[in-house]
Amino acid sequence: MTTTDMERLEEILAAVPVELVLFVLLAATAVVIARLKDLFSAALLAGIYSLLSAGLFTLMDAVDVAFTEAAVGAGVTTVLFLGTLSVASRQENQQPWRLRPLLVVLLTGAALVYASFDLPRYGDPDAPIHHHIAPEYIEGVAKEIHIPNVVTGVLASYRGYDTLGETVVILAAAVGVLMLLGWPGARPASAWAESAEEGVHPDQIAGKEPQRMREKVILSSAGRLMIPFILLFALYVQFHGDFGPGGGFQAGVIFAAGLVLFGLLFGVDAADRVLPASVAECLIAVGVLLFGGVGVVNMLLGGSFLDYDTLSKDHGQHYGILLVEAGVGITVAATMTRLFYAFASLAGARGGATEH
Amino acid sequence: MGTGWATEGLWIYWAIIALMMTGLYILIARDNLVKKIIGLNIFQSSAILLFVALGKVEGGTAPILIEGAPVEGPGVPLYSNPIPHVLMLTAIVVGVATTALALALVVRIHRAYGTAEEDEIVAAELLRVAEIERAGGGS
Repeated sequence: MTTTDMERLEEILAAVPVELVLFVLLAATAVVIARLKDLFSAALLAGIYSLLSAGLFTLMDAVDVAFTEAAVGAGVTTVLFLGTLSVASRQENQQPWRLRPLLVVLLTGAALVYASFDLPRYGDPDAPIHHHIAPEYIEGVAKEIHIPNVVTGVLASYRGYDTLGETVVILAAAVGVLMLLGWPGARPASAWAESAEEGVHPDQIAGKEPQRMREKVILSSAGRLMIPFILLFALYVQFHGDFGPGGGFQAGVIFAAGLVLFGLLFGVDAADRVLPASVAECLIAVGVLLFGGVGVVNMLLGGSFLDYDTLSKDHGQHYGILLVEAGVGITVAATMTRLFYAFASLAGARGGATEH
Repeated sequence: MGTGWATEGLWIYWAIIALMMTGLYILIARDNLVKKIIGLNIFQSSAILLFVALGKVEGGTAPILIEGAPVEGPGVPLYSNPIPHVLMLTAIVVGVATTALALALVVRIHRAYGTAEEDEIVAAELLRVAEIERAGGGS
């Protein structure tokens, strides 16, 4: 290949948008997930899918969203799926190929593509949504709230009601899961780390007890090194969320991911000694109460619900956002950790009789 | 992509629609409940992607205000639309909470029927109904 050929190739490659590359990878992952019969691999691929879409979010300037997706998709959701698969079958049944779902999907897709012609072009600065409310929010956050991160300002202050609602939804989902999977006390003492390797470990074939994850030197020492930094990073994301990308949702998920990693390496029992399940349950409610409580204090001080300006003359918005984000962070971290306990305990309780 | 095409700037939506339809296909075509939830997750994340894509402004930057830059008047830096970001970041966290709820339901269904395949569950349920009807008819 001559140098001019190389240059032309480079030009062509430079013209390919990065978005396209990520979309091709995403599509490949999705198709492989659809075809796989092994649910274990499908769940792990779903984690990769999340990580790839986090890359796309970054390209689309949604750094806060990318943060959340990476921590949730790659960190928490995968563990929940693996917990479920330790109870349910890891293999999907063979089923005959069906035409009707494919037709439905193709028709729906065609209708959506037809509708897409009415959408503004990707990245069009003249699109209607960029000229209503959004400019007011950006100016308002600079003038009234005085923090640089517009997303945090809108989330915690302008749309505080929404965010309170979302936090309550998370609380409700956590209560629902705990009611379905059983309240504490019924929680069997188990080590996820032990059962996670079951069936594949060579020691087991030899009739020996499977080796614990903590005895795996590389995993446990690397994990021990990483966990403090993950937790510290979560605190940074929590308290720096007004100034850079971050906030309660992201910090909560990252903090929980640190605890989940701890639980995976050293067993749920060890994690339970660090943050007992009962404490986590209380914290889920404490976060929501803190959020709502700020609103009630605002009312007692003579303002309306979640009107942070009543808290202090100059820094009311700062205090309000700090407290509310702390509430969100506590609820999210506690919920994710408690959900991990609930699903990880399933892995230990496997093999129990089916209930009728 | 191509210049001067009517489709310019739309391909990204089509890519998102393709992902969405893959998720929908897994959701409706597969019998396994865990697989259905994975499909639902793919569907959800592409819906989130669609919203975030609509908020992108060409040449814009992340909506974190640049210190010292004006927020109105000439020379205002271009920020992408923060509203879809706010809505979608909470949607992701709520999404994982609802996924956990769905998986908890699968675990309970598995406890009750011993399977997580929809066709087997329906068959077991039909059998049960038939037995109850037979018992009712006999008395």
